[in-house]
Amino acid sequence: MTASATKWTGRTREYDLVKEFVIALLAVSVLTVALAALFSSPDEKQITISTWSRGAPNDFVLTAATELDGTSGTATYGAPYNHTPDAAQKIGPVSLQHIAGVTHPIDTVADFVVGPLTGVPADAALAAALQQWHAAGDTQRQTWASGYDDALSKAPDNDPAQVKQGDYGPAPVMLNRLLTMAQSGGLDGALLAQKQFFATDYTKPLLFIADGSYLEDRARAQHLGGDQWGMMNETGNYPGQAWLWLYTFWYQVQPFSTSDNADALVWGLMALLSLALVLVPFIPGVRSIPRWIPVHRLIWRDYYRGIRATSDAR
Amino acid sequence: MTLFLGAPIDLNHVGHYVHWGVIQISVANLVVILVMVALFVLALFLPFPKGRDRR
Amino acid sequence: MTAPALPRTWTGRLRARAERALPPEQLLPDHQPVYVTSWIYVFGVLTLAAFLVVLVSGGVLALKGPQWWHRSSAGHYFNSLHLWSVELFMAFMVIHLWGKFFMAAWRGRRAMTWITGAVCFLGSIGTAFTGYLVQSNFDSQWISTQAKDGLNSAGVGAFFNVLDFGQMLMWHIVLLPLVVGFVIGIHILQVRRRGVVPPMQLDPRDVIAPEVTP
Repeated sequence: MTASATKWTGRTREYDLVKEFVIALLAVSVLTVALAALFSSPDEKQITISTWSRGAPNDFVLTAATELDGTSGTATYGAPYNHTPDAAQKIGPVSLQHIAGVTHPIDTVADFVVGPLTGVPADAALAAALQQWHAAGDTQRQTWASGYDDALSKAPDNDPAQVKQGDYGPAPVMLNRLLTMAQSGGLDGALLAQKQFFATDYTKPLLFIADGSYLEDRARAQHLGGDQWGMMNETGNYPGQAWLWLYTFWYQVQPFSTSDNADALVWGLMALLSLALVLVPFIPGVRSIPRWIPVHRLIWRDYYRGIRATSDAR
Repeated sequence: MTLFLGAPIDLNHVGHYVHWGVIQISVANLVVILVMVALFVLALFLPFPKGRDRR
Repeated sequence: MTAPALPRTWTGRLRARAERALPPEQLLPDHQPVYVTSWIYVFGVLTLAAFLVVLVSGGVLALKGPQWWHRSSAGHYFNSLHLWSVELFMAFMVIHLWGKFFMAAWRGRRAMTWITGAVCFLGSIGTAFTGYLVQSNFDSQWISTQAKDGLNSAGVGAFFNVLDFGQMLMWHIVLLPLVVGFVIGIHILQVRRRGVVPPMQLDPRDVIAPEVTP
């Protein structure tokens, strides 16, 4: 048995743990009350699909066009939202993302566009557009949707009013009506309450918003972007999550910063490093660092001085 | 019940950031980290009150 | 006089086992070895104290629900208490970790103390993360839509959906505090069970690795 494992039979001193705890609790409480009173806490107002579509209508219509032609971030994401081939990230040959499967299926055409538009009352042009959409085959629908998406991308400021003339079928009317619905607030509700009244799952509206540029533009303005060490940051001048420094660090450097599998690689690496932290006592070299960098001599200097005095006296 | 109408120190303005090579860190986070290091160093050096010895 | 017989009841046996592992004088000692004379030792109790303030402030937020703080200044103040107590909690915990690392505090059959501490650290990061998700403001929207990519890439997102407010709220206020609280309890009992780690002996033959307990 090592010296460290034997029960201490040496000198002791009075040490009041309960008093120490009470003092600590008082000190932390006073500090917290003071910090909260001085600095408060941030509360940046949320974005709704309504505020997005009113603040950046062209970005909204362009995003909706990518949902309709299946090229949006969500539509091409792969698991857990859909079965897009080769979309899932890998670590070497293994794709945990793919293995986990499609557990939150989302069909962006039906869920984000056609579904919410269906049942909009008293709109003859929309009803005709939807009828045209439903009557057409998959290839025709794809041609219309891709063509309109392409035309919007090329239009000045992505403005639907300045789109080049072409045969886009019912897509322009559908997306125009979706914009109206969005601006009125109806799309926020429609995406949330699709399955049930008491909705607490914001997957669909959040994915739709995140497919556009509006959310990201506002986030980057606050230094919250991934390549801005954003994971560590908070809005305004508030301290953020300094403890996430190593998680976000890898995203800033090669090979992660330019890899398609950046997320999988970084999180795999951090899982390993976290395990290493837990198992420090068993890792040769790492567990010897405290001996090589002798901070402990400061911590226990009184004790060491006492030993030296005793041995000198002998 | 209105306890506080607004914090005396408003941190809701545009954040200040420090850039150093690939490192970008908010002034707020930097202050937090520096204070932590200072506390650690102080804890190592400040003398601790002596208690009553048993034997 | 013969030794008392082993109790027959489960209750009695559990009590006997608990008393053997942690006699009352060891559970709540009022003396410590003379080497416990450094301010670095207070960061454990500071972390614990901050944890309690986090729980209490969070409990008050729970009284009126997750939207209260957006529409009430009292609610906003309690949100601020919760945020700053968390910042203090994480700061004290990390300083405590630095101290314990440089003390090689896992020595002398104390590997479980280190392990439970590290698990608390990682668990706290996860708990704070779910906390940011349930602020229900712009920050939550951004953090959830970004974090989903990391979690999805590891397959975790398939069952831990950061875009699901209801799920994240329940993880944050029920599951994680219970688990982290339980591990904190084990961690503290381990410290009392093994005692505060003694100084590294000036003799280099003092083995720094932990004992492998059979």
